[in-house]
Amino acid sequence: MSSHAHAHPVVHAPTGFISKYIFSVDHKVIGIQYFLLALTSVVIGIILSLLMRFHLVWPGAHLPFVNGGIMTPEQYAALVTMHGTIMVFFVLTTAPQGGFGNYFLPIQIGAADMAFPRLNMLSFWVTFLAFVCIVAAFFVPGGAPISGWTGYTPLSGLGDVTGPGEGWGQTMWILSISLFCLASLLGALNFIATTIDLRAPGMSLFRMPLTCWGWFVTAILGLLAFGVLLAGGILLLLDRSAGTSFFIPAGVVVSDQVQNHSGGSPLLWQHLFWFFGHPEVYIAILPGMGVASHVLSTFSRKPVFGYRAMAYAICGIGFLGFMVWGHHMFLSGMSPYSGFAFSVMTMAIGVPSAIKTFNWLGTLWGGKIQFKSPMLFAIGFVSLFVSGGLSGLFLAQPAVDNLLHATYYVVAHFHLVMGVAAIFGIFAATYFWFPKMFGRMMNEPLGKLHFWFTFVGAYCIFMPMHFLGIAGGIRRYADSTGVQYLPPLQPLHYFMTIAAFITGAAQLLFIINFFWSLKRGPRASINPWNATTLEWITASPPPHDNFGGNYPSVYRGPYEYSVPGASEDFTPQNVPPAEVARAK
Amino acid sequence: MPGSTVTEDVALIRAGKGGASSGGNGGGRGDGGGDGGGERGGGRNSGEVPQRTYVTGITVALGGIFMFFISLVSAFIVRKANADWAVLAMPRILWLNTAILVASSFTLARSRKQLRAGDDAGFRHWWNVTAILGILFLAGQVIAWRQLVAQGLFLATNPSSSFFYVFTVAHALHLLGGLLALIWIALRSPARPFKRLTRATATEVAAMYWHFMDGLWVFLFVVLLLGR
Repeated sequence: MSSHAHAHPVVHAPTGFISKYIFSVDHKVIGIQYFLLALTSVVIGIILSLLMRFHLVWPGAHLPFVNGGIMTPEQYAALVTMHGTIMVFFVLTTAPQGGFGNYFLPIQIGAADMAFPRLNMLSFWVTFLAFVCIVAAFFVPGGAPISGWTGYTPLSGLGDVTGPGEGWGQTMWILSISLFCLASLLGALNFIATTIDLRAPGMSLFRMPLTCWGWFVTAILGLLAFGVLLAGGILLLLDRSAGTSFFIPAGVVVSDQVQNHSGGSPLLWQHLFWFFGHPEVYIAILPGMGVASHVLSTFSRKPVFGYRAMAYAICGIGFLGFMVWGHHMFLSGMSPYSGFAFSVMTMAIGVPSAIKTFNWLGTLWGGKIQFKSPMLFAIGFVSLFVSGGLSGLFLAQPAVDNLLHATYYVVAHFHLVMGVAAIFGIFAATYFWFPKMFGRMMNEPLGKLHFWFTFVGAYCIFMPMHFLGIAGGIRRYADSTGVQYLPPLQPLHYFMTIAAFITGAAQLLFIINFFWSLKRGPRASINPWNATTLEWITASPPPHDNFGGNYPSVYRGPYEYSVPGASEDFTPQNVPPAEVARAK
Repeated sequence: MPGSTVTEDVALIRAGKGGASSGGNGGGRGDGGGDGGGERGGGRNSGEVPQRTYVTGITVALGGIFMFFISLVSAFIVRKANADWAVLAMPRILWLNTAILVASSFTLARSRKQLRAGDDAGFRHWWNVTAILGILFLAGQVIAWRQLVAQGLFLATNPSSSFFYVFTVAHALHLLGGLLALIWIALRSPARPFKRLTRATATEVAAMYWHFMDGLWVFLFVVLLLGR
């Protein structure tokens, strides 16, 4: 079976520690660097959320690490801001795209590396710098910013008169986000060029695994969206530090002082932010959709149902994602006509989303399902995506959104559909690809236990949140016990907090499994899942140039499972037709 | 047997290295056309980056840069609607700067034509002229800023001056990047080639960027003029 592989001189990895592990240009090392950055960030993000949950239930508790003992509303707002920022940018954007995308896109299309390896290294290190900036925001005078992950003006544009974290902290936030934009633009450019030009012979676009479709369209979204936020960030920085008035209107009075600005438009910031912010939601979830399709097919031992429809649906979601930013701004007093247009476009996203959902179910239908850990998380992804997505249809109605927008209903919606679902995509990817990345298997029973705790736990946290929102529970309030109608809702808060702590603790199962398997897991074979795509035809972990000089050619689609007449229930993409016939 | 071990039982070892490193540009962009979804026939996978990838890369990068500037322009349009907008008298040197930059695109095209004709001296001459025109443009922009400052128009004076500085500085920084690329290529000779790029690719990529920056400036200047 040699005719489809071509031998070339093997490119060996650099031998020095720094060039091999720190400033590496190998996309696999960079992928792992992104993954570890996301892992660090998610630990910080979870701790912040647990502090919030704790404070919501016991607002008067004395905390040893809080200055003054009792958490102030400003400190709570800082937790909200930092949790959102770290989770959205440094976890949901970093892990699926920067981590797994970097590692597996070149291998899955049969390339030796990304198109521009040094640019790739630069992307990671600028992202890392952005991470340093955002963490530094905790430690600058005044502490972390309080204006939310959306950084709404004028709150975010006036400096420390508007709050303790709005001086240095907010500046660090803007610097961090701007650096992150820059890094993501460089990364997106690399992903797109790699996908277009470095596919192996025979790897047409419609033979790419759906994971590659997810990363490709995500990169296009990133390319078109991050520049917009970068422009907004620069203007906001000028408003804060150079005295311009892009976003700050005239006559803003803070603490009885009129601020020296004139004529700026706070809504302009919202438009720039959400023109980025809505595609960002899909930047977080599209790679997860790709992974879910990939894993569902592998462990159902069936081709993906409606492969082309799945690819087109990813493109459709990506395209529509740019048309709907206004649905984050229904409360801004926009014209009812605009509101109607945004509403219709938003509901239209339900169509490609439903195509994907039913195709996932179609993939499972009649399959020889193997309930391995990655499969459980992929099924969990579908469940969470449906549960979280359906509430989006309600929120897409301006009239309903007016009622629910400032409540926990929205918090429940986006946590299920982009937060937890995307995290489940990351977990599925980790359990699925760990053997390839590290050459060892993860522990199955521990993985299953982790799944059940996390799956049930996530629903216990976020399902009651819908009821809380419908009952009028206002989000971002540090303490709802002082509001007349809210105390009866405290038992719900109590339940969610307990669920959050149990679910948070259950993540230790994953951490233990991850690091234990890294050292002690049983050795993984080249293709432990009997899968068909190109990452499974090379060593675990792959050599420096991915295929040891023998770059593959591709003869078939990515999901040829249980093909009638074939001797095995999977046919890898690099197997020529003649060999399948011979195997008969 | 369709197995998982392609790397283990490879028999065919090709002696030569295909692809870009063997010297010729291999047609550059021309063979990149079949990416629309069909089979890319005939090619062998050498694991190397083809020259057309650099053209793809700069095209994609320009898409990102375009989104950045179009965001600034949309902010300009929104912000202009407010009553506090004061009309900004454009420094007249901007017309000269615009003419210089447009001219630089023509000298650049001339330079690449000489390169394709195999006239290295002609290529270098017009390439250097382009770089000098670029430097003149940037110097002209600095003069324009100084004229505004002399009139007491600073970044924060009025939204119109704010946007003027933001547009022109952002564009100047991008153009500076292009200028560095021009100089970098000028310092190379056929005897000292690039590590990965052929000369044809390097000049093509730099030229695409430069022409885009030229067109972008004309666009921004028109926006500033019409939106005063």
